[in-house]
Amino acid sequence: MYVAVKGGEQAIDAAHRLLAEERRGDPTVPAVTLAQIAEQLTLAVDRVMNEGSLYDRDLAALAIKQARGDLIEAIFLIRAARTTLARFGYALPLETRDMQVKRRVSAAFKDIPGGQILGPTFDYTHRLLDAALVDDSEPEAAWTAPASPGTAMPRVLDLLGHEGLIEKPSGDDCEPGDLTQDPLNFPTGRDLRLQNLARGDEGFLLALAYSTQRGYGRTHPFAGEIRLGVVEVCFVPEELGFPVAIGEITVTECEMINQFKGSADVPPQFTRGYGLGFGQCERKTMSMALVDRSLRAGELGEERVAPAQDEEFVLSHSDNVQATGFVEHLKLPHYVDFQSELVLLRRLRANAAKARLEAAE
Amino acid sequence: MNPPAYNFAYLNEQTKRMIRRAILKAIAIPGYQVPFASREMPMPYGWGTGGVQVTAAVLTPDDTLKVIDQGADDTTNAVSIRKFFIKTAAVKTTERTEEASIIQTRHRIPEARLTENQILVFQVPIPEPLRFLEPRETETRKMHALEEYGVMHVKLYEDIAHYGQIATTYAYPAKVADRYVFDPSPIPKFDNPKLDNCPALQLFGAGREKRIYAIPPYTRVKSLDFEDHPFEIQTWDQPCALCGSRDSFLDEIVTDDRGGRLFVCSDTDFCARQRGEA
Repeated sequence: MYVAVKGGEQAIDAAHRLLAEERRGDPTVPAVTLAQIAEQLTLAVDRVMNEGSLYDRDLAALAIKQARGDLIEAIFLIRAARTTLARFGYALPLETRDMQVKRRVSAAFKDIPGGQILGPTFDYTHRLLDAALVDDSEPEAAWTAPASPGTAMPRVLDLLGHEGLIEKPSGDDCEPGDLTQDPLNFPTGRDLRLQNLARGDEGFLLALAYSTQRGYGRTHPFAGEIRLGVVEVCFVPEELGFPVAIGEITVTECEMINQFKGSADVPPQFTRGYGLGFGQCERKTMSMALVDRSLRAGELGEERVAPAQDEEFVLSHSDNVQATGFVEHLKLPHYVDFQSELVLLRRLRANAAKARLEAAE
Repeated sequence: MNPPAYNFAYLNEQTKRMIRRAILKAIAIPGYQVPFASREMPMPYGWGTGGVQVTAAVLTPDDTLKVIDQGADDTTNAVSIRKFFIKTAAVKTTERTEEASIIQTRHRIPEARLTENQILVFQVPIPEPLRFLEPRETETRKMHALEEYGVMHVKLYEDIAHYGQIATTYAYPAKVADRYVFDPSPIPKFDNPKLDNCPALQLFGAGREKRIYAIPPYTRVKSLDFEDHPFEIQTWDQPCALCGSRDSFLDEIVTDDRGGRLFVCSDTDFCARQRGEA
């Protein structure tokens, strides 16, 4: 006689043990250390911090190790850890104008005050596999530039702004919202859109940004400025009442210059798209800036025709932790619902057979 | 690097207060979907994060918790969620429906009638009953506000026109307290009658979609239908092969590759009781 399958609990425990063993791999190979991940897989760490929405290199490295290198799984681990953290308050807005710049390029002008600084980039490397990395050969020391303290690096878009050639940054003086503390409601403001995009999946934003370049909501972008470097984080403790620098973080900022627009009241001006992320993440911030600009279609009086211009579509599907959870939940048992469909389908088929029989008679 | 210490039932008190406020509002407006600032939980979205957050917010150290998935206590995800609360809240757990003060469920309502001393927490994937008819939240919100449920009736009517009957078998839409049409989560329509006039408080949590809704005790819940096509539930030709019950929802077990089938209760606690085991 049939006995219902039992043993979910033992099965889970056994699966977890097997997973731990597989994660470790061949025990004769030394285990990778968190320091190695944090120091040598820096861009993976940056991505996990970005989409995990938590600036902590050590925790991100731990998450990557625990997730066997699956970055979305690592992002998920960081998000879950983030839930448990107490909140002390909100930092002051970052001042990226005062960034200690490591890299800074503009595709709009040949030369800019403060200069173009190529920095650590894959951009002009030839993508040839480097046999030297098979062994642990150390790279040659990098050249250092003569220190030039105090070189002002005004933002490229500000230079255009002085002439009125580009719109003023949009937005109002209201406190920005926080979609981790309040549910996102539509229609939403640019503050929450940018927060959503900053946490959004890099691949999803990349594809959407690409689609705008191929004509699905074209915005004629120029990379006005991309800068990477260290900025100070300042916080005003309530009991002190004045700002205190509490740390430094590395960020990448991208400001796009987009197609111009004029109206009866305003002469034609370029428009803006903005991207910002933790660590070095140019692909992400450029995509973010393109999508940000596309999502401003309504505000700029453009017809919404493409997916990248559709706020509900973009913002509701950008979060990879949500997306992966819901897609993968199809692995969970659905016996009851499937049984309900079976009962109906059998009945419909029986009815159809009966109808055919009657028709034949 | 110290591992973080967790608060009772994982969520910090601030978050629990926020969720409780949403629950109170949901109880005050039966069937209305209250937006709440759903948090990332240590289990994936779509795997019960909404239910887990609701349970975490209403759980007290004196509670006895039962967790079921597909009606059974032993399904892997039910085991995983029960373990989560044992680990983070150290509460008593049970598999017996009448012993539980809180029951978290996915896809079923227990066969045994619930009592006033119980809370039933549903895990909800898509809280919006109109979502597959209108994908935009801005639109569906308006439709609820205006009580504009014509599209739903048209959908059910089209079913009848195509199939001779309503072809929705689970997540069957119902109207709560004569006002809001709501999605009872993917429970089979077999369970819809249990929603009506239920003595227990019924809470629905959708984590990914960030919505909480509720049916207060003894509230009227009417499954949508037509006068000439009244709402009806699934029936089986045979009783449960284990306990012989004729009035419970049956799962189909494939016993061989020659068409062998066995039908057994989906509610494992109910089935064991019928057999006098527990």
